[in-house]
Amino acid sequence: MWIGKRASACRWLAVGVGALALAACDAGGDRPKSASSKVPPKLFSRDPFPSTYRVYPGVPTLVRNVTVIDGEGGRIEGGAVLFADGKVVAIGQTLEAPAGATVIDGAGKFVTPGIIDIHSHLGDYPSPGVQANSDGNEATGPITADVWAEHSVWPQDPGFGRALANGGVTTLQILPGSANLMGGRSVVLKNVYARTMQAMKFPGAPYGLKMACGENPKRVYGGKGRQPSTRMGNVAVDRATWAKAASYRRKWDKYEKDGGDPPDRDIGMDTLRGVLAGEILVQNHCYRADEMAIVLDMAKEFGYKVTAFHHAVEAYKIADLLKANGTCAAVWADWYGFKMESYDGIGENLAILERAGACGMIHSDDQNGIQRLNQEVAKVLASGHHAGIDVPEQVAWKWLSLGPATALGIADKTGSLKPGKMADVVLWNGNPFSVYTRPEKVWVDGALLYDANDPGRRPVSDFELGQPGSGDVK
Amino acid sequence: MKRALFLLATVSGLGLATPAAAQTVAITGGTVALGDGSAPIEGGTVVFRDGRVVAAGLGVAVPAGATIVDARGKWVVPGFVAGFTSLGLADADGVEESNDTGARTSPFNAAIDVTPAINPAEVKLANERLGGVTRALIAPDASGSIFAGQGAVIDLADDNDAVTRPRAFQFVELGERGGRAAGGSRPAAYAMLRDAFTQAQDYRRNPAAFGGREKDSLLKRGDADALLKVLDGAMPLVVHVERASDIRTVLGLTREYPKLKLVLTGVSEGWMVAREIAAARVPVIAAALADLPADFEALAATESNAGRMRAAGVQVALASTGASGGDHNLKQFAGNLVAITRVPGHTGLAWGEALAAITSGPAAALGMDGEIGSLRAGRRADVVVWDGDPLELSSAPTAVWIDGRAQPMQSRQRALRDRYLVPTEGALPKAYERR
Repeated sequence: MWIGKRASACRWLAVGVGALALAACDAGGDRPKSASSKVPPKLFSRDPFPSTYRVYPGVPTLVRNVTVIDGEGGRIEGGAVLFADGKVVAIGQTLEAPAGATVIDGAGKFVTPGIIDIHSHLGDYPSPGVQANSDGNEATGPITADVWAEHSVWPQDPGFGRALANGGVTTLQILPGSANLMGGRSVVLKNVYARTMQAMKFPGAPYGLKMACGENPKRVYGGKGRQPSTRMGNVAVDRATWAKAASYRRKWDKYEKDGGDPPDRDIGMDTLRGVLAGEILVQNHCYRADEMAIVLDMAKEFGYKVTAFHHAVEAYKIADLLKANGTCAAVWADWYGFKMESYDGIGENLAILERAGACGMIHSDDQNGIQRLNQEVAKVLASGHHAGIDVPEQVAWKWLSLGPATALGIADKTGSLKPGKMADVVLWNGNPFSVYTRPEKVWVDGALLYDANDPGRRPVSDFELGQPGSGDVK
Repeated sequence: MKRALFLLATVSGLGLATPAAAQTVAITGGTVALGDGSAPIEGGTVVFRDGRVVAAGLGVAVPAGATIVDARGKWVVPGFVAGFTSLGLADADGVEESNDTGARTSPFNAAIDVTPAINPAEVKLANERLGGVTRALIAPDASGSIFAGQGAVIDLADDNDAVTRPRAFQFVELGERGGRAAGGSRPAAYAMLRDAFTQAQDYRRNPAAFGGREKDSLLKRGDADALLKVLDGAMPLVVHVERASDIRTVLGLTREYPKLKLVLTGVSEGWMVAREIAAARVPVIAAALADLPADFEALAATESNAGRMRAAGVQVALASTGASGGDHNLKQFAGNLVAITRVPGHTGLAWGEALAAITSGPAAALGMDGEIGSLRAGRRADVVVWDGDPLELSSAPTAVWIDGRAQPMQSRQRALRDRYLVPTEGALPKAYERR
């Protein structure tokens, strides 16, 4: 009984945060063996590469006389945002500046939550895109649930700085690529340069499992003359793997409850067990409406949930089905026609999802697109408008921050300008849905990390230092 | 039949009495941007007749009998000229069976001519036309050689005749890609280039003695023939390079081959050698927003590239390279280059220059700005009416003419949109909704 309680507490802690808590759990598992036949379980760490991210120093800041878009559907004209100690303190029509606060007049400008990209390969496919840096697809087997994208992240990717300065991106999920049916674990990062990946890691963010359906897995493995080479092969290999994962989960749950001989550890199955337990979120690359429907049924068969379909080019065809399943669609604004499964892409995808009440959001999957996600949403608004679907700008901002935050399991911490949340904030020099607007200042946890007017607040990655164009505007 | 119906619907939507073929049209009251680099003019008039622009600007008289289109509150601009793109060459790039952009194992290279492959019915043409694109520079991809072959200029009109100018340019790779195609290095690429030019000259001197039919010949007769036009300056040589040193090397080629009519594309590091490019009077079609050291040949890439080159006197156009959502996103590129004029340290483009960079600019690079790309008198009447600033993301075309002919405002994307505006099915499956 005592052991059981301890186990569940450790699981919670492991998913929650701390290295210290985990160390304590591990120490607990190291107690001398008892004489009884039941050896108490030794728990393994759920968080062996813990976040060492630190909040950089900031000053209490009041931006006033500005249009505030709060990320939750609210909008205040001529309003104000106050943040201090890394957190949003208040938003409102008028706010008092505390003593010593930096006060910024935002006339003609906009303040929004920082943009969150739920689908990025920065660090794993960094610039320069040379073979030596190509670390995004472990394309050596259709199931590579054992790989973790964080072990490929190069924290010096120049793309992080561009996403910050040009895109106002403050948080991003790095996913392994889509060559595999189960491509491995994702990692969520704060967009802050660091010497180590761990120092970029979003504290407390759950892991994701990258899955892929459709053309990529069947092409990559069919091309190697092995299963899967068809869409039916994709589902067959997925189902066989989930069946194994269910068995693995039973063995380990029993062991963690009752102790005894520990089952063999399988790093990939650990991840799938985490999915089945609801601790790891499924982020599923899937374009076609019919395939998404099959995946939703497969998820029901094995008792897991698809948190979001990514690249869901045909989501607009099944908005009702996505809504009924509580599954989100992360999409591009207008990418289409580059492969068969993207042939039916339309610019109104997100607008139709919104009108149908389904969960939608924008994503980039691209080191250039991530720099203009606000503009991508602006294009959706225009397409929607011309089709008779008028989505208010403040509602559309949910596609850029709160939506992705929710689908990453971090909406309690970031994604909107709500008191108590991380002060991940962008000041835009105009309406962020205009092509003529750029970020003027970007704060991450209240620290000013980009300022268009201050060359000293513009990051230069190690790779670019001393190279042609180093320190230039980009 | 269907097309005729669309046309009628479009035309009646504009208040026109009859379909526009050879007739005079006057678009009045709109904000007119000529596409030649000048600033937009409010309350301007655009007149075209028999497929050509007659006049555009302020104080333009409306000819008697002209069909008048009221564009008050709207913008009237030339159609965008997209380049370099594969419109008409690949239904879906990733669907190999449908893709005619490259020919990796062909024995031919410079002889390759995209013209016979251009498909005016490819659905992307109508999709992109509704985004304001009326012409495009179509380039083949190099794969088996540094020479990709001969590109064409096309229109995106709803008819069966897309090709405006066949064999409009030769496309060659001379940066990292060229090195790879030539066997692994830039020096190999230059050896291939010089050898090809030498063989072409041999072919000119004595065509009968020229081989080029042997299995292992590097240059076929057709390739040699195509390269003679390049050597004579009768056909522009579009060179893809990115690195500053590569740009210098390419500019130096005219010392050996003085008649070469060079056009540079890509040129991420062009700003570093902008004065040399300007002095050589070589036009560039630049990747607009490339700002990452995506390769070692683009370490100094910056969004200020186009603006700095322009400021140094280079004739600058924007490439649709990287327009992942379609060639219509050229306008977003141009708009962003206007946006950075407000960001300290950046160099962008004035609005008129930005529009020119996606209209008359690409046309001028190929020596075709006398024909397309602007609303100046005599140009082909590729005219787009927008419901707002054409570079702004919220704007959309409301009417499109190509060669003076009103275009249907319909596309496969729009049909899909209409079918799924309400995703749930009705009494019959979606397949019975024919819209």
